[in-house]
Amino acid sequence: MDRSGRLAWVPHLALLIGIAITAFPIYVCFIASTQTTTEILAAPMSLLPGGHFFENYGEALTKGTALTTGVPVARFLLNSLIMALVIAVGKIAISLISAYAIVFFRFPGRMICFWLIFVTLMLPVEVRIMPTFEVVANLGLIDSYVGLTVPLIASATATLLFRQFFLTLPDELIEAARLDGAGPLRFFKDVVLPLSSTNIAALFVILFVYGWNQYLWPLLVTNSASMTTIVIGIRTMIGGGDAPTPWNLVMATTVLAMLPPLAVVVLMQRWFVKGLVDSEK
Amino acid sequence: MASVTLTSLRKAYAGHAVIHGVDCAIADGEFIVIVGPSGCGKSTLLRMIAGLEEVTSGEIRIGERVVNKVEPKDRDIAMVFQNYALYPHMSVFANMAYGLRIRGLKPEEIQARVDKAAAILQLGALLERKPRQLSGGQRQRVAMGRAIVRDPQVFLFDEPLSNLDAQLRVQMRVEIKQLQQRLGTTSIYVTHDQVEAMTLADRLIVLNGGVAEQIGAPIELYERPATKFVAGFIGSPAMNFLEATGQGGDAIVLEGGVSVPVGRPVAAGAAVTLGIRPEHIATVPVGEAQITVRVELVELLGADSIVHGRLPNGAPLLVRLPGVSPLATGTALPIGFSAGAVHLFDRASGRRL
Repeated sequence: MDRSGRLAWVPHLALLIGIAITAFPIYVCFIASTQTTTEILAAPMSLLPGGHFFENYGEALTKGTALTTGVPVARFLLNSLIMALVIAVGKIAISLISAYAIVFFRFPGRMICFWLIFVTLMLPVEVRIMPTFEVVANLGLIDSYVGLTVPLIASATATLLFRQFFLTLPDELIEAARLDGAGPLRFFKDVVLPLSSTNIAALFVILFVYGWNQYLWPLLVTNSASMTTIVIGIRTMIGGGDAPTPWNLVMATTVLAMLPPLAVVVLMQRWFVKGLVDSEK
Repeated sequence: MASVTLTSLRKAYAGHAVIHGVDCAIADGEFIVIVGPSGCGKSTLLRMIAGLEEVTSGEIRIGERVVNKVEPKDRDIAMVFQNYALYPHMSVFANMAYGLRIRGLKPEEIQARVDKAAAILQLGALLERKPRQLSGGQRQRVAMGRAIVRDPQVFLFDEPLSNLDAQLRVQMRVEIKQLQQRLGTTSIYVTHDQVEAMTLADRLIVLNGGVAEQIGAPIELYERPATKFVAGFIGSPAMNFLEATGQGGDAIVLEGGVSVPVGRPVAAGAAVTLGIRPEHIATVPVGEAQITVRVELVELLGADSIVHGRLPNGAPLLVRLPGVSPLATGTALPIGFSAGAVHLFDRASGRRL
């Protein structure tokens, strides 16, 4: 590709247009979150920041709205954070252990276990959501963090990913560890886990965002506003029928909802790239 | 340090036998090389001694202790792998110290042992590096260092030099031999390279199809190979084999009718194989020639020349001549060899006669 020619501005322009299209709604969202509801509903809406930034964010974070029965957005954020973290950490932990068992141990029914895990890949959350709800409800886990997170922890995708990675570890490495006297748990802790760090970082980013963006499951399994997640919270704030919608607060909440996944991606990316640069392979 | 005794050692995978009863008494401090073509079971044999493969039947003893059911870590052995098997995320120091740490040695003791091994192997400056920052030869040294720090009864080497380039291989071969002489640790070394085998070994085990064809000092195997297989495997270029028939006297007749004196009586009509090493064949004046070969190719190695010739009956014959040979392709080369240099094997069994 000619990077210095007269047409060098063409790809740049294309990229700029692409970014503008992607970023514009987010910009509007942010602008709206600094205005009053009246200003937002005025036509045309001003595309310059208004003067109510601290006011709007403060009110959303601490007081919430009438439709959220006064539960503050900070609580939704906390719920979402707990859910996303528990799901990401839980999925990684369970997948690491199950992949380790499938790859390194010879036990009866090993292949059956593998295929059972593999088959669940074909069943997305939505397909098994009613029976899962039934189980969770009967266990009295509605409106609890356990009910919110545990059913989403099992992960065939992450198990498969770790299995594929573990299969690339040479047999000699395992044998060398056996000769050094490392038992299965020691080998897991001292060799497998450190070598998986890059994979773990990548998965954490993906799974955190997955957990954060869950919609259907928290909608079903939480009834009280104080247990709801940020994604459901935004939906609750947008009133239907005659209830007025405080759009300025909705927009502030939307911006707040975007920040944690963004932070995870940005922070982990640095770590992730470091992991790639230091790659052992 | 300890002796290693193998008694009728057998290995079978799902009923398919790969090691057919190996017996060998390895003395304390001895350097034993197990050599054979790929698939002969040499690595399996080593892995059985290491405890990485189960023993189907027979017995392995290290010192006085039967170790058939002993875990690898409790056998007091150390192994060097072909691909080094270093822990990629650990520094050179941590790689060498790992086994010691697991055994619960004191940090000062670990430090002292690693430093000592690093000094022996000239790894002192590399202790903080990761394996990927090392060259092949350095990784090989670290793998050996990991074995040395454990101060084991027995060293096991599984083709440790086959991932190195030719020059480095020769250098490391010398280093391994010197190291073993210095430490005096019983060593069992597996290789498919017969030069490595000849130069390193106090004694060789030539393994073929899971059977120990011959066990003995390298020169003994070179001079008196027990079977045709050993004769062909030890020595480079390989020994020439010519089909012949006994005449009841001290001479045999090659296919094609040439009579060759062999210095010992061979029963009339016995189907034998005559073995003669390329380096034991000399050019002779035309009148004294036993055989004449037609030159097909000459490989000049500098110090000597390998002549690829063909007998009148079509059989190929290699001749090693000293210096740079001026022979051209197509030349008729009169050759001869002394009766003492001839090896005779029974054609059916391959056994030495």
